[in-house]
Amino acid sequence: YTHIYTHRQSVAQSEVQEQSRRWYSVSHLSVQERIDRKRNAALIGGGQKRIDAQHKRGKLTARERVELLLDKDSFVECDMFVEHRCSDFGMEEDHNKFAGDSVVTGQGRINGRLVYVFSQDFTVFGGSLSGAHAQKICKIMDQAMMVGAPVIGLNDSGGARIQEGVESLAGYADIFLRNVMASGVVPQISLIMGPCAGGAVYSPALTDFTFMVKDTSYLFITGPDVVKSVTNEDVTQEELGGAKTHTAVSGVAHRAFENDIDALLNLRNFFNFLPLSNQDPAPVTECHDPSDRLVPGLDTIVPFETTKAYDMLDIIQGIADEREFFEIMPNYAKNIVVGFARMNGRTVGIVGNQPKVASGCLDINSSVKGARFVRFCDAFNIPILTFVDVPGFLPGTSQEYGGIIRHGAKLLFAFAEATVPKITIITRKAYGGAYDVMSSKHLRGDVNYAWPSAEVAVMGAKGAVQIIFRGKSNQAEQEAEYVEKFANPFPAAVRGFVDDIIVPSTTRKRICRDLEVLASKKQTNPWKKHANIPL
Amino acid sequence: VNMNLSNTECIFFVASRLITRLLHCLWQVMKTCKKMGIKTVAVHSDVDASAVHVKMADEAVCVGPAPTNKSYLNMDAIMDAIRKTGSQAVHPGYGFLSENKEFAKRLAAEDVVFIGPDTHAIHAMGDKIESKLLAKAANVNVIPGFDGVVEVSYTVNMVVLATTFCKEGFRLSSQEAASSFGDDRLLIEKFVDNPRHIEIQVLADKHGNALWLNERECSIQRRNQKVVEEAPSTFLDPETRRAMGEQAVQLAKAVQYSSAGTVEFLVDSNKNFYFLEMNTRLQVEHPITECITGLDLVQQMIRVAKGFPLLHKQEDIPINGWAIESRVYAEDPYKSFGLPSIGRLSQYQEPIHLPKVRVDSGIQEGSDISIYYDPMISKLVTYGATRAEALQRMEAALDNYVIRGVTHNIPLLREIITHPRFISGDITTNFLPEEYPEGFKGHQLTSEGRRELVATAAALYVSAQLRSQRFLGNLRVSTTPQEQRQWELCVELEKGSHTVAVSRSGSTFTVEVDGVTVEVSGEWNLASALLPVTINRTPRVLQCLSRDAGGDITLQYLGTQFKVRVLSQLVSTLSAHMPEKVPEDTSSILRSPMPGSVVAVSVKPGDVVAEGQEICVIEAMKMQNSLIAAKAAKVKSVHCKAGETVGEGDLLVQLE
Repeated sequence: YTHIYTHRQSVAQSEVQEQSRRWYSVSHLSVQERIDRKRNAALIGGGQKRIDAQHKRGKLTARERVELLLDKDSFVECDMFVEHRCSDFGMEEDHNKFAGDSVVTGQGRINGRLVYVFSQDFTVFGGSLSGAHAQKICKIMDQAMMVGAPVIGLNDSGGARIQEGVESLAGYADIFLRNVMASGVVPQISLIMGPCAGGAVYSPALTDFTFMVKDTSYLFITGPDVVKSVTNEDVTQEELGGAKTHTAVSGVAHRAFENDIDALLNLRNFFNFLPLSNQDPAPVTECHDPSDRLVPGLDTIVPFETTKAYDMLDIIQGIADEREFFEIMPNYAKNIVVGFARMNGRTVGIVGNQPKVASGCLDINSSVKGARFVRFCDAFNIPILTFVDVPGFLPGTSQEYGGIIRHGAKLLFAFAEATVPKITIITRKAYGGAYDVMSSKHLRGDVNYAWPSAEVAVMGAKGAVQIIFRGKSNQAEQEAEYVEKFANPFPAAVRGFVDDIIVPSTTRKRICRDLEVLASKKQTNPWKKHANIPL
Repeated sequence: VNMNLSNTECIFFVASRLITRLLHCLWQVMKTCKKMGIKTVAVHSDVDASAVHVKMADEAVCVGPAPTNKSYLNMDAIMDAIRKTGSQAVHPGYGFLSENKEFAKRLAAEDVVFIGPDTHAIHAMGDKIESKLLAKAANVNVIPGFDGVVEVSYTVNMVVLATTFCKEGFRLSSQEAASSFGDDRLLIEKFVDNPRHIEIQVLADKHGNALWLNERECSIQRRNQKVVEEAPSTFLDPETRRAMGEQAVQLAKAVQYSSAGTVEFLVDSNKNFYFLEMNTRLQVEHPITECITGLDLVQQMIRVAKGFPLLHKQEDIPINGWAIESRVYAEDPYKSFGLPSIGRLSQYQEPIHLPKVRVDSGIQEGSDISIYYDPMISKLVTYGATRAEALQRMEAALDNYVIRGVTHNIPLLREIITHPRFISGDITTNFLPEEYPEGFKGHQLTSEGRRELVATAAALYVSAQLRSQRFLGNLRVSTTPQEQRQWELCVELEKGSHTVAVSRSGSTFTVEVDGVTVEVSGEWNLASALLPVTINRTPRVLQCLSRDAGGDITLQYLGTQFKVRVLSQLVSTLSAHMPEKVPEDTSSILRSPMPGSVVAVSVKPGDVVAEGQEICVIEAMKMQNSLIAAKAAKVKSVHCKAGETVGEGDLLVQLE
């Protein structure tokens, strides 16, 4: 593609040169000179002084970011000559016009694979969004959807171009609409690399993944000044909408990186996990890790005492290719772990209860986190591996008042509607409704395994016995009986709710084999306009 | 104890990797038992139920919770278990109870055989003061001036010298002794200049026969714990060896010793040797003696316990070749030559694919190294016809040893065995503090080593970059006309920055580091923990510990881990704009240097402390560490209290 495109471009350029020589040679500046001037002007955005200021803030320029994100020499820019069309407040004057306006757009390659990119240029009017700016973004989004390629947005914008008024607002809405249309068609990723405030925040919020840069990026509806004047709250930018807030407290952002470079290089790495569109299969990369590798450490990882915790990440890293796991939202709702890994080179989405945090229970935040991730995987043909060690849903007024019922239902909904290959491994507890939710056989799990340490039951022995034998003595004895009956994988295995009880160290081998079988899985849900997930 | 063991079917092991520090030995004992057709029973605390020795034994009994005095030192529970399993003999392991005379007595009372010397010998040798008196009576060289009153006179001396520091030391050691061995007396010994620690292995039966099985050189120590041992010693001539051996045998006979034992000597630069103590158990380092003599000491011990006379005569005991043992610890060698570290062994591969390498360990991939016990991971033994050969094999073994998830001391071990002074054999027990007065800092790179490391990192980076462009079966990948063949990179290592040009042909990379060409070839398997490469025709085994998207690569090179950052020229140029993250000021913050439990907190908020004053004491793996104030200041807040468990890096005390 690049080759053809470059070829076309050079043909076009030579035609322009030819024409300019023929017809416009009388003008003061030749067209070619004007083209060169505009191009050069576009390349320095808001000018050297503003570039220096940007650098001083520890931030890179829009073009530097694009260059880092994409393969060398692969960027093909679009709309370099677009200028804003505002004619109020002196904006029409020449020195207020910038070639390309406040955003750089185009397409390029990440490790050879096509991607559309827009990168907001803070050096031009603080990266503010004009009608032209929005139009440029919409153009590449439309194209991305047409060819089926992901869109990456590098956000660094002060907000709406106030001088343009409603035109700017219209621009936002145009982008939002495209974000929604593209949702589930091509992966969309937002990397917040500076301010992103007001209406602007809803574009990242609509995309599949929002990443942030620590210390230099902010996301909020209204900044600290407005907050102070409206609610009289004193809060800093960082506390209100910094990377820490959004990755640990609000759950708005999925991950944060140290600085611009770290973020962009990690984004390249992340991109390799994703298919280009919903019409493409999950990518398979060359893999050096044997698919039949045994993982001896897994045989001893689950402690004998059912109350003792262990780290689900140890299991995930143990089975994944090269121990690589790209965790999504590692600091938010830590009682569930979600992220991407590869199995024998093929991308998989992994969901696991984390016994280390809140015993791995499901609560409002972890349900929502898990549900969104599962839906992304399902939309983009990424098989889902689920590791289950869940004592149930978190009880209590704060959860009930917060609506755990409808939020928990989201995770249930997501697993149930997913038609990608689903493999489930019960490592220990699978209690109550949470057992059903966690990609159980009943929700069309393709392959469901139990480790010997698995216990599938309505609840723990103590609680169960208290209900069954209410008011009766020698509960200890009954408890022992309950444990004997239910605290093992047999009740589920004899009913076929798990397909096999496997030796933990063979888990990787089994999963790799199953994924190969399931690669050709075809399953469709009944026709509908869209489902009605309990939002 | 009078018993006939010929019908012994069951041996009871009071041991775990935890108490005995040496499951490694135990494991070997069990192997020998299996070979001899003896059934085995292991005891364990509740946290070790899945330990290797428990799995290996025919039966296992849980004797209590993790703290040793509630499990492995709980004699009642252990006696109970012995009765229940009907064990006829007990192997006491290698620490704690193995030298506990009370335990031996209780076993004798119940007619259970104790594999090891009898109570009398344990009693005689278990007391370090009495053992010296006995040694003197048996005509064994003891430290000059030693007599029965020494303990008193030195105690007096110490009182005279008493400073805060000295008192501190005394308090720490006696607490340590009390907590670990249930005995708080201390012995103060005369100082010997340039001492070597050389010990003689003895083996005696119940019929008055005793042999000496040559010596082990154990001078490389840190805080009185052995780190590297070898057999034989480079220092002993045949006469000294014989003199030491004969005295060791004299002592064994004097106390009617039966079993395997070790007589430890201090040897000065003039080859004068002085009796230190006798260990009435199998030592950690016994495999090196087995290597050079060809005897299975465990089997010999069991034979002796059964009442058989020794098979060998003194003249049958050879010195064949050379054996080196490195003690691989889960500890951070950069902190006082080794402070304990904990964690889960996420990856673990022993270098047993190499010839003449023996690894005795009690752990496996997935094992947890906890704060409660001794941090030994394994004993790594290499053997060669000559010392040089054994050392070379040790180098290779250390390079091929994969330990992930806990910090370990392989960097230190590899530095020691390649140190010119160690190679020449010129060592004393002060080797480590003498050679590393500022503390161990890891391998110091030569400029050639630097280039090798930089070149390998660059080649690895390029391999990974190329691999990330290879998608299988995907038709939507750009068909670039030609794969990139030349990379301009910038490699950062230890604050230095190198301009690097890499070109590739097949699996060979030609790397120009600051104008000097280095050729690196290898398989470049990015999933393997080991990274075998050939650098300028020299084969080396590096390890890649981590590799991330930002270009940070951690490589283990010549034993030491180096953080290398590989950047494209573009990234390198733009890096200049990245803000520097300010690290926190640490002088007013006291964090726990290791995981452990808080023994004592000496300050409270509002106290004024002097620089160097003790703030609190942390105990981990049988060691007490006094943490001191980095500056004179007022205590702002205290975040821990005695008895609490703390993790590495936990905030303990904040100063103003």
